[in-house]
Order: sequence, then structure tokens, then C-alpha cells
Amino acid sequence: MRQVKTVVSILVGCAFCLAAVSWTASGQEKVNPKLVKRGEYLVSTGPCHDCHTPMIMGPNGPERDMKHMLAGHPQELVMPPAPKLPPGPWMASFSATLTAWAGPWGVSFSRNLTPDKETGLGDWTEENFVSTIRTGRRMGKGREILPPMPYDVIRKMTDEDLKSIFAYLRTIPVVKNRVPEPVAPETPPPDVK
Amino acid sequence: MRILPTIGITLCSLMPLAGALCEEPHPTRTPATHLALTGLYSDFATKAITPGNLMYSPQYPLWSDGAGKKRWIYLPPKRTIDATRVDDWVFPIGTKLWKEFSFGKRVETRYLEKVAKGVWTFATYVWNEDVSDAVLVPDRGLPNNYEIAPGVRHDIPGVIDCKACHEGQGRDVVLGFNALQLSPDRDANAPNAEPVTPEMINLKDLVIQGRVAHLPSRFVKEPPVIAAALPRARAALGYLHANCGGCHNSTDPLASVGMILKRSLEGTSQSAQLETVIGHKSKYQIPELASDSSYRILAGDPLRSTIVYRMGSRNPARQMPPLGTKIVDKKALALITLWIQEDLASSSEKEH
Repeated sequence: MRQVKTVVSILVGCAFCLAAVSWTASGQEKVNPKLVKRGEYLVSTGPCHDCHTPMIMGPNGPERDMKHMLAGHPQELVMPPAPKLPPGPWMASFSATLTAWAGPWGVSFSRNLTPDKETGLGDWTEENFVSTIRTGRRMGKGREILPPMPYDVIRKMTDEDLKSIFAYLRTIPVVKNRVPEPVAPETPPPDVK
Repeated sequence: MRILPTIGITLCSLMPLAGALCEEPHPTRTPATHLALTGLYSDFATKAITPGNLMYSPQYPLWSDGAGKKRWIYLPPKRTIDATRVDDWVFPIGTKLWKEFSFGKRVETRYLEKVAKGVWTFATYVWNEDVSDAVLVPDRGLPNNYEIAPGVRHDIPGVIDCKACHEGQGRDVVLGFNALQLSPDRDANAPNAEPVTPEMINLKDLVIQGRVAHLPSRFVKEPPVIAAALPRARAALGYLHANCGGCHNSTDPLASVGMILKRSLEGTSQSAQLETVIGHKSKYQIPELASDSSYRILAGDPLRSTIVYRMGSRNPARQMPPLGTKIVDKKALALITLWIQEDLASSSEKEH
């Protein structure tokens, strides 16, 4: 009976998948258009563009640089040392592009989320992405994700929503942009030695 | 459709079609609140170890800021380890492992127990000041718990930290207890190697005692070693295997990084594995270098080798491994640096 259930579940699953899967425009990767659409909605209505798409000055004031959509901190923008803030409630500063952030953690830079293999998420798997968000560690095993990435909020999304976001990110234009590595704080925060 | 299981009962069982699509529930077990309840000691007051708990020592230990370490494994009676995949053993349900960390005195003991197929309980226990008790640590661990050097405090890991290294794909979670690590042909130059005492078991003992099944016979006749032209290279590769290969291998989630530092006794050849590292451009850029001039390892040039750079830092945003230590392993760093600078510069190592 268990074997019958397994076979039935496989056949039903295959039928759904075949109905749902299509190819990207490049023909390189299968995508589920339903997931992509959902992912586009989540990315467009959520906070992703706030940090991962650089701001530029347009004719009507600050606007998102959609030619570098979700490509992170521009590699050509070399940041000077962050300003030192006096003791008090003001504790962080950020670049005009909203892609470089300085605080007690040092300096963090918004990453390139486009599917570029060298500089973006091109060689990441869905599991790498989901586990990054779920654990707060890069690829689920690496260094901790730094502020201001709100992974502690996004990690509450369902698996399907996180997979949708990743599916959408696989379809956006590739932008080759090598984001710098985080800069260590001059004096480590009290809980980091 | 996946539905979060509870022990014994799921919605899947109530819906015939959905039931066919649901996973079977996995049993879970809440860890014991005290180390004394896990079965390590027959007499907790005297710290006498329960007979049947086997002591062992991997030939390439993981660097843990110089902690003194002791390890034990319990294998259920009449059950064997399946060594069909010689690099990834499958342990019987009921297997338990303990690893005690000391900095002059006992500080913590980590615990693994296999409770079902593919399901392990993780726990860490922190010792009190007079080592009269060791209690379960919260899931998020206890950061900065114990001073191990002036201004440096040891983090006791929580379950989340343990899983970051131990959980993989298609394999059991045990690291450090396998054919290579328990080989009786131990590397005399392994950094941080611990002395072997008579009560410690090795691969040969496990085979004689019938605790390992399906181990290819050649590994019984010839104890596994890391193939290398020079002793220093063997030690360097062994160190990287133990300290990096748990994540950087060809099967785990980080296989997508494409950097293999886990030495396989079967499967991909060592030379093919080394090609993923030596002379391979690094996505991680050493900040002091020009863009796109960093390599994972560049033969003859440790300053352009990101492995050296990241091994030499204990800043959390930069260090490798990314967690678990706060002090640079200077001895190993010197070994790896010399290996890259001198041994790899010669063609003989590049051909390995």
C-alpha cells in the first residue's frame, strides 16, 4: 500500500510539474512561471530594492538605478572611511546609493543578487538561498549576514515564498558587479572578539 | 504538499491524496537537560566512563582555539556502521557521540544522538565552576562564556551553530569518525595531533570487533592515508580536510562553491579535487590586492591565496572557518603557508 501511495504521489507530482515548468528566455534553466510571478511580486513589494538596487540622482530627484537592478553596491564606488559618530543614539551611516552601511559591525555592502556566475548568485542553488535566509549565515554555513539585512524578518516567510524569490532572481538581467567584501570594525563590537 | 509533522500524527494521514504526497513524520527527541543523563558516565561524581563507550581521536583534529578534547562514541550492541560509502559512513540508530572541551578545566561537552534514520539530536552542555554538573545550553548557545586568553572568550555553540557545520546532504552528521580519520597509519606531522592512548580505538579495532560493515577490503589491508609526495603536503592536505572539508566538498550544499577540500578515499581523484583549489580564481577578494587577482590557492604565492588570508583572520566577517574559533591557528597557518610557498611551487605537487 505504501508503495502504491509512493507511485501515485510521484505520478501526480510529475503531472503538476510538467504543467508548471517552462524555460527561461535564455533556455538555460527550467523555471516555474507561477513561482517567478510570485517572487516578482514579493521582491517588488518588499524591501529588496531598498538596499540592493542602488539609488542615483535622476531628473526628478533620487530614483532607483534600474539598469543595475538588484546588482548591489556599485563596484566603481569606492567608499572613503566611514564617518566617526560621537557617543549617543546616532550609531550608523550609509551611502547616498543606500548600498553601503557603516555601524558597530563595520561596513557592509548590499550584495549582487543577479544571476551572474562570477559576481552574483549565478552558482547558488535554491537551497543555498533559502538556508541563507533561514539561518542568517551566508549559504547557510558561512559568515553571519550583516546589518541592515532584515533576514530575521524575511526568515519568517514560507519555503514557497523564499523559493519564489529565488526563482524570480534567476530571471532578472545579469549584471557583472563585484561588490566589495565587508570591512571589519576598527574596534570590534563588545560581543565580538 | 509539505505539512509540518508532529510526532505520530499528521494531517497527511487524514487526506488520502495529500497523504500520498506528504513526507512521513520524523520522530524528534528533546535532549536531556543534564549531561549526566546522556549515558556518558557510569558514575558522574567520579567521571568514570560507562563501559562500552569507546574513546577515539581523529588523526587530523579540528582546531578549537587550543582546547583539550576527549571524544567517545557509543554504538548499539549488535549494530554496525555501514561503511559502503567509505567517505560517508552511515551509523546505526542509537549511536551517541560526545566531545569534551577543556581549557585547563572542563568547559563544555557536545553531544550527538541518532534517533531515527537521518535524524539526529544535537546538544551542548556547559560545565559549572566546580565541574559537579553540566547543563543543557539554549538553542542559540552561550556566546562569550569562558575566557580562554586575555580578552578572548570562548563561545559555547547552540544547536544552530552545530548544524551549520554538521548537517550535510545525503550523509550522516558525524565528522571526524571515519576511515581516514581513524586510520592506524597516523600522520606524525598533523597539526594539533593528540597523543593516542591504549584505550582509544581505531579503524583496525572497529573492523576486528565487527563494528564496521561493508568496508572495502583494501582499506583493511592498507590503512588509508592522504597521498602526497612530501610529509608536509600530507599534513597540509589533512589539515584542510578536517578543518574545511566538512563544508567544502562535492556533495554538501556548498558543493555549489565548487571548491573541494575534503579528501575522498573513493570517487573523485585527489588531483581533480586539487584543481578546484590550486590556481583557481577566488570569488572572495583579498581587500589589499587589486580586483580579480585573488586565488583560492596560488602555488608559490601565499599572499594571493585567500585560504591563507582567511585562515589568518579571526574577524567574523572574514575568517575561515566562519565560526567556532577566536584564535588563529598559527602552527597550521605556518604549515599551509610553507606548503603553498615551497611545495606547490614545484611541479611534483601540482601533478598530484
